[in-house]
Amino acid sequence: MTTPSAPVLEVIDVVKTYGGVHALKSVSLTLVPGEVHCLAGENGSGKSTLIKVISGVEKPDSGTVAIDAKIHSHLTPNDAIRSGIQVIYQDFSLFPNLSAAENIAMLSELAQRRTLVSRSRVRAAAARVVDELGLRLDLEADVADLSVADRQLIAICRALVNDAKVLIMDEPTTALTHTEVDRLFGIVRRLQERGVAVMFVSHKLNEVLQISQRVTVLRNGEVVESGQASSYTSRAIAKAMTGREVSERRQVSVLDPQGPVLLQVEGLGRAGGFTDVSFSLQAGEILGITGLLGSGRAEIAEAIFGIHPADSGTITVAGKQREIRSIRDSVRAGIGYVPEDRLTQGLFLDVSIADNMIASSLDSYRTRTGLLDRGRIRSSIAGLFDRLRIQAPNSAAVVRSLSGGNAQRVVLAKWLDRRPTILVLNGPTVGVDIGSKEEIIAILREQASLGMGVIVISDDIPELVTSCHRILIVHDGQIVSELSDDEIDASEIQRRMAV
Amino acid sequence: MSGTLARLRGANNEGLLVVVIVAVVVAMSAASPAFFTANTFFALVRSSMVPLVLALGVLLVLISGGIDVSFAAIAIFAAYASVKWVLEAGADPGLVVVFAIAMAIGALLGLVNGVVIARFRLPTLIVTLGTQTIFKGVLIAYIGSVYISAADLPASITAASGAHLVDVAGGGYLHFMILPVAVVTVLVALMLSRTLFGRSIYAIGGDTEAARRVGIRVVRTQMWLYVLVGALAAFGGVLHVILGRNANPQSLVGVELDTIAAVVLGGASIFGGRGSVPGTVLGVVLVQLINNNLVLLGVPSTWQRAAVGVLLLLGVSVQALGASRARRRPVVVQKEVEA
Repeated sequence: MTTPSAPVLEVIDVVKTYGGVHALKSVSLTLVPGEVHCLAGENGSGKSTLIKVISGVEKPDSGTVAIDAKIHSHLTPNDAIRSGIQVIYQDFSLFPNLSAAENIAMLSELAQRRTLVSRSRVRAAAARVVDELGLRLDLEADVADLSVADRQLIAICRALVNDAKVLIMDEPTTALTHTEVDRLFGIVRRLQERGVAVMFVSHKLNEVLQISQRVTVLRNGEVVESGQASSYTSRAIAKAMTGREVSERRQVSVLDPQGPVLLQVEGLGRAGGFTDVSFSLQAGEILGITGLLGSGRAEIAEAIFGIHPADSGTITVAGKQREIRSIRDSVRAGIGYVPEDRLTQGLFLDVSIADNMIASSLDSYRTRTGLLDRGRIRSSIAGLFDRLRIQAPNSAAVVRSLSGGNAQRVVLAKWLDRRPTILVLNGPTVGVDIGSKEEIIAILREQASLGMGVIVISDDIPELVTSCHRILIVHDGQIVSELSDDEIDASEIQRRMAV
Repeated sequence: MSGTLARLRGANNEGLLVVVIVAVVVAMSAASPAFFTANTFFALVRSSMVPLVLALGVLLVLISGGIDVSFAAIAIFAAYASVKWVLEAGADPGLVVVFAIAMAIGALLGLVNGVVIARFRLPTLIVTLGTQTIFKGVLIAYIGSVYISAADLPASITAASGAHLVDVAGGGYLHFMILPVAVVTVLVALMLSRTLFGRSIYAIGGDTEAARRVGIRVVRTQMWLYVLVGALAAFGGVLHVILGRNANPQSLVGVELDTIAAVVLGGASIFGGRGSVPGTVLGVVLVQLINNNLVLLGVPSTWQRAAVGVLLLLGVSVQALGASRARRRPVVVQKEVEA
């Protein structure tokens, strides 16, 4: 596929530091027309900084960016756009209040330095790109009213409205379902045929190998691997990204069969969600619950935590039957919950890591006079910060500044500080890179070994296989199978999920 | 059901507003036979002119994602200063030049807002609260604090004050200044919908970071925006002097709430990115209708302030409901696809 044509983009020895920290240490990279080049790396490896340098948002300390053999010493965002570089950001950077057509055409109108805007020209420009890509989109709809997948398509169309030569896609598949990912790959291949150079930024290794011809791996701001995609296995890339061997082996503790039962769920049901769900959870056990999206797996967790209480059945926590009608009830019963959308449901984004950690356990720090025990709070925070290996300058940093993996650890810390008997996690590693994923699982193992009962709800089957004692498979609101020990096998789970 | 209904409601609840206005008019006509006359209508138009011009400025700022409380101070500063300077110069340069001087002053004051807000990226509410006080202080301390009565106003202003377009029996009249107000309103509407500058204001209000990323020069756009808003406020200020037949440096105080309420009622989002000129016109008319004529319904005039407050809360609530509906929608779509 790769033709030995002249590179359209050359990044040469780029160095970038933020307050003494090397974000990029002499990174070089080339992109030739018609290739899909994957940039892989963990959170914090410098991927985002490199994108910012290429798109002119950040100025490198030294090194140059050449586009079509033209060296730009002071690349501004407008220079980059005019030279044909387009970035599709993870958040898409669309205008929710404007129509799809206007979102797409805004870029060409700006590039042509128009003063007046004509609706028909905007519509025609947008329709041209949409037709070229063979898409079907409602161009009159406001972007706020569209699905995530459609928004991404609009971001792609916008990037192409000005005949982009280089298209950088930052984590494009995070919010997409499997079918949508396939459709996205179809579009990427079509762009490739048109001679567009695509830089695909991702940490999902199977996707990387499926779509790209070349792979460059960044670690700690340095290029550690670069070469033909066909010469790598996902294992090799994972190793390059993390700098160590990543184990995907199953690793579970041995449970005492006489151990105390922490949670007993009997005949739990909720109209429109799930019916007759019964299972138990032992101290020290990690229980996986999986199923397709919409199967009811998340609803079961939300019922146990009282977000959407069940309307039939019983929940027994540590031998005592509990009436769980609200989140308050379940917290009092000793249940902790880490929600799926941690950024909106689990954290105060503009508040410090420290305050987030103790947010749900403030009551326990009250002294006899009703004031907060500062000393005890400080030591708790310091303990959690170290134990969960949160990568941040200090615990006063705001959560918004953290990467996905670190934000997830803060949510974990928040619940661990309450010392719940049972911890329910919904998609604990969504959007988290391999290294952090492994560490989060290690933390869960450690908590379980201390006597906590852990329930993991996930569709990341390899993750469940490596960590769970038992796995329940939910289909159409019912538990259709329960696998334990030797029965646990990724392909078997996949088969039963789809039935 | 939602299709037709949504279209009638309008993108910014304009349809809803029309219904409310019609309901209020019907109620007032039923309550008092004196209400439904050309006289009342022209009085309503007359009292809406200054609020409308000020509201157009507020609309622009709200769309861009900010909030401005300094416009009233800019309006009276520019109007009073220009009238005073014309009087001191001793020669009347004519109405157009008075407007031009005032709008230049307004633009300059707007630039102060723009520089602080755009360059230093400070919250607009706090900045304009600050500049509002500064503008008022400078006006009283350095320009003047003396009330200029009708007899002392420049001849061109006095002439404009008495210019009627249409006279009706019973002393009612349609004021001549409605023409420039209408022209300004149409120009602002065209600017918002048909110029790249206007669309950029919407884009910045929708997502400032995204605007920067597609290559909109955010700082420059915001500066020009505040310059324009300052000039608009000054236009409103001179209009206020003409219609009120006096120049009082202490006047126009307290119109901020009514103006912002009218714009928000007209469907502009306090979170930025949404709003329209037709909506704003309707919002201003509704607030003026309530302010002028609540007495006809037997409501004591002391309750007018409360009524405006209630309207503002209603307007914001309608928006908040719409916003939460919009937020939920995409998630549902996603689940359908997957299932």
